[in-house]
Amino acid sequence: MSDPAQALSRVLGHGSAHEGAHHWRVQRVTAVALGVLVPWLLISLATLPDLTWPTVQAWMAGLGHAALLLLLVLAACWHSQLGVQVVIEDYVRGPARMIGLLLSVFLHLLLAAAGVLAVLRVALTAQP
Amino acid sequence: MANRPLSPHISVYRFAYTMALSILHRGTGLLLSAGLIVLVVFLASVAKGEEAYAAFHGFASGVAGRLLIAAFLIGFCYHLANGIRHLFWDMGFGMERAQARRSGAIVVAVTVLGGGLVLWRVFAAGVAS
Repeated sequence: MSDPAQALSRVLGHGSAHEGAHHWRVQRVTAVALGVLVPWLLISLATLPDLTWPTVQAWMAGLGHAALLLLLVLAACWHSQLGVQVVIEDYVRGPARMIGLLLSVFLHLLLAAAGVLAVLRVALTAQP
Repeated sequence: MANRPLSPHISVYRFAYTMALSILHRGTGLLLSAGLIVLVVFLASVAKGEEAYAAFHGFASGVAGRLLIAAFLIGFCYHLANGIRHLFWDMGFGMERAQARRSGAIVVAVTVLGGGLVLWRVFAAGVAS
């Protein structure tokens, strides 16, 4: 009915509103999440007493902080992947297009894995 | 493939600054994708230990590092402000030409203010060790 992800294709009378709608919706959901999480990260870092390793490490080890950082990394990687995908689809032609799309997926998965592992390692190995 | 006309014909449109704002959203988006790499390197350096973090911190607090971080943060100000503009459009608000120009001006103003704050914090405020 009022699902904005499908409204346009319905008005135009074509488009199945499956994959495209999913892309559209996830892009916006992750955008809203990042609109909260990134300012949270910046303010948190800016208000730490200093940026030495023990301070930053202890901050990252807090369970709430680690959970939000995990969300941030995943939302950022997903949002970035969707955005880069659209840019490649719009501007890259020929064989470079598929290579670029695959490379983008691979690199974003790599970033997500590395970011999640880093946060988990700090959160799980911290001395209480 | 048929040699039919393809859209978009950017060159047939009279330039309006809202067009520059539109492409800038993609530009800052790509910039922030690069920033994401730096964010993950930062997290990984914290996880790796004091030495790795010191190396990252050394780079980040140098002139090149500060310039890079400032660029990411100013890009983020723009992408966030213009992203909110996009969300309003998605809900059906503000799509008239005059409204789109006004919201575009607001986005530029927010970016200038946010960018000023970023530059002050990154360069002048003497970021603590």
